[in-house]
Parts: sequence; C-alpha cells; structure tokens
Amino acid sequence: MKLKNRITWLKWNFIMHSIQVIKPGYCDSIQDLGRFGYASIGVPVSGVMDALSAKMANALIRNSQQNAVLEMALIGPVLMFQKEAVIAISGADMSPKLNDIPVKMQTKLAVKTGDILSFGKAIYGCRSYLAVKNGFRTDKKLNSYAAFNGITDLVILKKGVIIPIGKQLKIFRFGHSSIKVDRQHFNNEVLDAYKGPEFELLTPKQQDILLTDGFQIVKNTRMAYQFADVPSLAHKCEILTSAVMPGTVQLTQSGKLMALMKDCQTTGGYPRILQLSDEAIAVLAQKNTCQKIKFKIIHL
Amino acid sequence: MNPSFKAFGSKAILIEWPPQISETILLDILLFKQKIESRFKGFYDLTTAYNSLTIFLQNPITDFDKQVAILKNIYQTPIRLSNLDHYVWQIPVCYDLEFGLDLEFYLKSKNLSLDQLIDLHTKPLYTIHFLGFLPGFPYLGGLPETLNIPRKFNPSLNVPKGSVGIGGKQTGVYTMESPGGWYVIGKTPIPFFDVNLKDPCFLKAGDKIKFFEISKDDFYKISNEIEKQNYLVKMELYHA
Repeated sequence: MKLKNRITWLKWNFIMHSIQVIKPGYCDSIQDLGRFGYASIGVPVSGVMDALSAKMANALIRNSQQNAVLEMALIGPVLMFQKEAVIAISGADMSPKLNDIPVKMQTKLAVKTGDILSFGKAIYGCRSYLAVKNGFRTDKKLNSYAAFNGITDLVILKKGVIIPIGKQLKIFRFGHSSIKVDRQHFNNEVLDAYKGPEFELLTPKQQDILLTDGFQIVKNTRMAYQFADVPSLAHKCEILTSAVMPGTVQLTQSGKLMALMKDCQTTGGYPRILQLSDEAIAVLAQKNTCQKIKFKIIHL
Repeated sequence: MNPSFKAFGSKAILIEWPPQISETILLDILLFKQKIESRFKGFYDLTTAYNSLTIFLQNPITDFDKQVAILKNIYQTPIRLSNLDHYVWQIPVCYDLEFGLDLEFYLKSKNLSLDQLIDLHTKPLYTIHFLGFLPGFPYLGGLPETLNIPRKFNPSLNVPKGSVGIGGKQTGVYTMESPGGWYVIGKTPIPFFDVNLKDPCFLKAGDKIKFFEISKDDFYKISNEIEKQNYLVKMELYHA
C-alpha cells in the first residue's frame, strides 16, 4: 500500500530497455561484485576486476552497488541504446563518444533512443566500466550476474547481442555530479600485500628480492596477471593443492610469479607467498602488459 | 590432530593439517567443517582441500588470536552430528577410442592392454577429497599406482566435458570443457555440474565414486535418458 502510494506520487514512468552490441571490444563482460559462497563446489568468485572504478560508475548514477556493470578491457565496444537511458563511465579512459562526440567520464550522462556509444583504445589504465541506471539485467546464475564460462549463458559480448538493462526513470534530475579521477589509482606502482601462507618458505634473500625488485607484467587476463620469470626466486617447495582466491600471489618452482584475479580457480598447487589487499587487486587490474609493479608488505 | 591456524589475507582464515593425503585427515576436516557451520559466525564460505580448511569471512579480521581461540574451542568440543552421511556414486564410463582421446598413447606408454586398464581403473572405490579446479570437479584419491603417468608437458586446449582423465597420481572427470594436462582415457555421460539446479553439484567431499564400464551404445542410451531427465545416477549409503 505504502509503496503503491509512493509510486503514484512520484509518477514514475518505467520503460523496458536494452542495449545492442554493434561491434564488440577486446574483452567485454557483464560483471557485478562477484559470486560468493560457491567456492566449495569449485565455482570462481568472478566479478569486476577493479571494484573501485566499478563502484564509482554505479555511485555516479545512484545505483545500488549490487547492480551489474559492463567491464571493458583494452579496447571498448560500440553500443546502441534501444531506448533512452542514464549512464556513467569510470575506470580506464577509452575516449568514450556519444554519436561521435566525445563525452566526459566520471559523470552522469543521458542517452537517447538510437544513440551510439563508442569506445576506443585505453589511453591510460586497462579496464573501463559502464554503468546504466538500474544495472544490466542478464540472467542471474547462482545469485550473481558475473559472466563466467559454464555458469552464465553470455560470457564475452559478441556482435549483435542484445543486453537487457533495468527499467529507466523517464525523468531524471541532472545535477553536476562529476567526480575527479583519482590519478593515484592509475599511477600507483606499489601493491599492498599480506604475507601469504607460504611466505616463510622463501629464503631471507628471496624475501628481500620479492619486496625490493620491480616485476614486469607479461600476461594479463581475468584469471591472472603473470610476471616475467625471476630465476633467483626459483625454489623446490611443494604444497598439496589448497585454497586460493583473487589476490593470491603464487610462485612456481621456476620462479614465475602469478597474481590470481577474479576468474581464478578455487584451488591451486603452487606456494601462496602473498595475498594482495582488495585495493591492490583494483590497482593491478588497471595495469597493462610491460608495466612494472612492486610489492609492499602490510599487516593485519 | 592439532591443526594450525593462519590468517590468509585480511578476510580469510586458513586451517592446516599435516601435508598428507589421507582418509583420517579428510574425515577430521569434514567434522570440523560441520562444527564451524553450526557454531561459528561471520563467514560466507567454507572450503576444504586435501589437508586444509579455509574460512572466508564477511569482515576483515580485527582480533586474530581471539578468532583462533574460538575456533580451537569449537574444534575440541564434541558435537552431535546430524548429517555426515556419505554416498557411493556409480559412474558409467565408456572407454572407447572415440572418447578416450589419449587412450592409444596412454596404453602404449604404460604397456597395458585396454582390458587391463579398464579392470584397474574400475576396481577402486575412489574418495572425493574436495571439489576445485572447475565447477564440480572432484579431486579423487585411490588411483592404483600402476596407472600413474606424468601430466602432459603441453596441456590440451579443449578437453571435452565428461572426459575421464589420468594425470600424475590422480584421476578425475572434466565437468566442463576446459584446457587440461591429463590423459583422457574415456568419457562419462553423467553431468557433474548443472548451474540451473538448486544444488548444482551432487557430489560432496567425503563421498565415494565407483566407475563402471559401458559400451558406446550404452553411452548414447544414457545420454538420451539424461536429456529426457529419465536417468538417475545409482547411489547408496557408504558404510566404512
């Protein structure tokens, strides 16, 4: 009764919306904060790689933080809005354009029926986030929208795909809420990390190398960031397969460091020498191949 | 058995047993898991592996020592358990060259006949230590030593769903298409993971698996029955 009154009073006007993919980007997927509570049956957490930027995009249009966003990596897609919508873009700068006219990031934008939103190559950062009012509404699986192969039907956006989005308020107040980009989030090269369960397996000299050297990224996927081999970190320690999670930094016997990211498996067999903070995961998610990072130990 | 406790990042606690693959440790882990589920608060997930149990906490740890004291107390307190039953699942496997993509290579390098392999592979009662690697993928203990083979040097890019493989000292079933480094010796028509079910995975840590051989005709017949939701995996209560 109360709700019904509210709705009448506000004269909400809802329209069902969707977005069509005209041209996919390098790796676009629908993500939310993750699929929690299913690790015991081997289901990865998934979810946005850079949670800070994704939350920012949602916040700009006063979405719930549970709303799904579109994550775009390296090169963004070309999208057509099938009805008007309210959106916001945050994260890596992919020079977003609305009908070929550059638009601002970090602010609320109105798009009209038939508008084309296009993204280019990331100028800085690696992953950009598009939020739409009331979120993307693909099929929820195991309590989450986060795309994952074998769990959700839609994994990577393909040409022609139509993605449902939440109902849009026809009248939306436009203030001047834009938020400055926190450059430190993109420029920071130091990742905060806790000592991992197997940190002590490293020799003091190896610990020293791990915490003073810079490590170059050679591969970057939603599963893991891999770093260039460091022969001086080679070791002969073996562990029985055990739990891993996003942010776990594993060290292979040959001295290869791998920082596991959101799509990582739930168990792994390499020593877990560090555990990145949530913030460090978000910072790393904006790094590209060839960039270097350092690790810094933090304590509980 | 005196497990040890470590903080794993700021929002997880790792509990470890001696580094052995053993039934005794598995049962102790599962017992502790059930006690935690009924008496500990503030976690959103609880996972187990060969010799470890990980508690995923909703909030960052503020007082680690206090949490450990609570957990140690829970570990030591006897509890009346409601449901620690385990099942034996009968899993049909077709050991045919069509499905056993690496069968020829495997038999040659192990110097075994197909009959010997089937005999050795279907004999044991395999123990599910935990699920990981892929959704619903069971880590099985109990492979006869004579069937061990080092993992492939170059993993295959697309191992089909349902493939039964052997790698190192382990055997298992690929629950979905995935890259993998194990030698594929057969295929089961049973889906081990269905995201659309309320309980997507019928296998649980502590359960047992028994493989039995089926022909290619049976494979297609069972696949058909599964599609029509007309096939029930045979199972029975496990008595130690």
